[in-house]
Amino acid sequence: MGIVEAILLSVITAATPLVLAAAGELVAERSGVLNLGVEGMMIMGAVCAFAATQLSGSPYIGVLAGIAAGALFSLLFGFLTLTLVANQVATGLALTLLGLGVSGMLGESFLGMQGIKLQPIAVPLLSQVPFIGPLLFRQDAIFYLSIAIVAGIHWFLFRTRSGLKLRAVGDSHGSAHALGVDVIRTRYLAVLFGGACAGLAGAQLSLVYTPQWVENMSAGRGWIALALVVFASWRPWRVVAGGYLFGAVSISQLHAQAFGIGIPSQFLSSLPYMATIVVLILISHNRRMTLINTPASLGKPFVPDR
Amino acid sequence: MRIELEKRPNVSALFSILSPFIAFALTIVFGGIMFALLGKNPAAALYSFFVEPLSEVWSLHELAIKAAPLILIGVGLSVCFRSNNWNIGAEGQFIMGAIAGSILPVVFYDWQSPLVLPLMLVLGMIGGAIFAAIPAFLKAHMNTNEILTSLMLVYVAQLFLDWLVRGPWRNPQGMNFPETRTFGADAILPEMLVSGRTHWGFAFAIIAALLVWFMMRYTLRGFEITVLGQSERAGRFAGFSSRRMIWFSMLFSGALAGLAGISEVSGAIQQLRPVISPGYGFTAIIVAFLGRLNPLGIIAAGLVLALTYLGGEAAQLSIGVSDKVTRVFQGLLLFFVLSCDTLIHYRIRVVRERFAALKTDEAH
Repeated sequence: MGIVEAILLSVITAATPLVLAAAGELVAERSGVLNLGVEGMMIMGAVCAFAATQLSGSPYIGVLAGIAAGALFSLLFGFLTLTLVANQVATGLALTLLGLGVSGMLGESFLGMQGIKLQPIAVPLLSQVPFIGPLLFRQDAIFYLSIAIVAGIHWFLFRTRSGLKLRAVGDSHGSAHALGVDVIRTRYLAVLFGGACAGLAGAQLSLVYTPQWVENMSAGRGWIALALVVFASWRPWRVVAGGYLFGAVSISQLHAQAFGIGIPSQFLSSLPYMATIVVLILISHNRRMTLINTPASLGKPFVPDR
Repeated sequence: MRIELEKRPNVSALFSILSPFIAFALTIVFGGIMFALLGKNPAAALYSFFVEPLSEVWSLHELAIKAAPLILIGVGLSVCFRSNNWNIGAEGQFIMGAIAGSILPVVFYDWQSPLVLPLMLVLGMIGGAIFAAIPAFLKAHMNTNEILTSLMLVYVAQLFLDWLVRGPWRNPQGMNFPETRTFGADAILPEMLVSGRTHWGFAFAIIAALLVWFMMRYTLRGFEITVLGQSERAGRFAGFSSRRMIWFSMLFSGALAGLAGISEVSGAIQQLRPVISPGYGFTAIIVAFLGRLNPLGIIAAGLVLALTYLGGEAAQLSIGVSDKVTRVFQGLLLFFVLSCDTLIHYRIRVVRERFAALKTDEAH
């Protein structure tokens, strides 16, 4: 395998959790819910996936546990913001703080343990294609899932009736409610889906990216995923493009360090965060475009009148 | 079964006062359940978590030392949150304040003068404010979401501090440990009481809280903050500029976070290390909400959250649970605070499904 392939492979591995978490958050935001707890759901997914893998011996059980943990955790957010109409920004922060705390406690007995890596699955025939084969068709199940999920979201949002309803809820919950759409139910499902995706992203971190448990191992990826949704202007396929761009940035720092370029490692490590800020500036400075793209009811609470 | 909310005609004064207490009580109940699940005696665990740290003079001083940065930052954040500016990067502003203030004792360590300390405090405030100016500028003039930019800058600040103490600012006589030289006598924030370690940072925190309380209650600026936070449109009609408010609230909270940073470093740690904060900037968000964004409430809330830090350490020593419990308690507390705040604006009713169906039938 050549150096180019090796680099591209590592970009894909770094990008997959970003794509997954951002895709899930995109659905939640399309329904009008701003869930800032992505980081918390992700880290819960990571710790539960790792723990379940260790206890059961199967990383696939781990993946399921990660998804379940993220989804369950997002329900907590849903209950507060949708049923109790608590402030979405503050509740999202609470979810992140709680997730970092709980995961630290749950994961304590797993620190330093040798992880079990989710093995790649080679797609017959396609994996034999030179260059593309090893890159795209000799990957782990979570990578395939990430692409399938983005395709599924695109199809759901723009080709189905339920997707139309979900977008309607996000753009004008009052009108959607008047037309008989159950706003709260739609939003619960969207939040739940976002949580499941964030949990899966977390599972990727502790089963594929670095198969072990390290405290705070999500390292701000949940927040970068939030920025990616803005970057993608709430379109599913652009999340993939953005995710791979960020994957490339975060990998470039590792390779720069390996080549011994004389820049302090801390500056290279801060690149993904700086890149996030730069991208946000480029995307948002045009106020009109931002207004057109943003779901109009994003972050606004809804209390059905009776 | 379903939960329905009914808007109260007026904000409930009773629950405005009660809700933080209910939240705290719920946190304790859940904490007890959690300890029981961990196989510990809940009563003993809660006692060592919440009461033991209050039983001795030295630990009360530790409480004040930990409460100082929480109150200082929380008070600043309350101004931000009230005006609807979501600065969640106080942790980064804290670090940058600490770094800016440490320039004198680390780089110009030869200079001895009674001016060193006051200058350090001013530099700390400037450092925090400048770092907060980045998300302020981006929000006010580039329309960029301040939540994400201020948070990203936390990581940048942490890495910058790490680089400084391992690289150019490392103590030449320090056996290669990643820390700066220890501060000289002129650069140390003195203790404010004879009985123990509490430094003047605690006094700064109380003064800041009182000043902000006065500002919010009696000045036009305080009114402007409230109006713009509740309705930007109404504020515009009154001639208030939301862009100026972004600058004011972010710089103000950044300066207070910076002051907290330099006070912590100069009063409690007395040198820079790779990690100088156990997440004060994030915990202060909880402090601000538990104090219901009221400066006087924030003083009390800061003491409560400081107690969770001490309680975690105490519980680790006496009953052998992980000190990670602290962060779980803090997270739980914020959750319950936010849930209980619903009671201020709404009545909550639990409705049985059949009854609810009947009611909608009547409506048709």
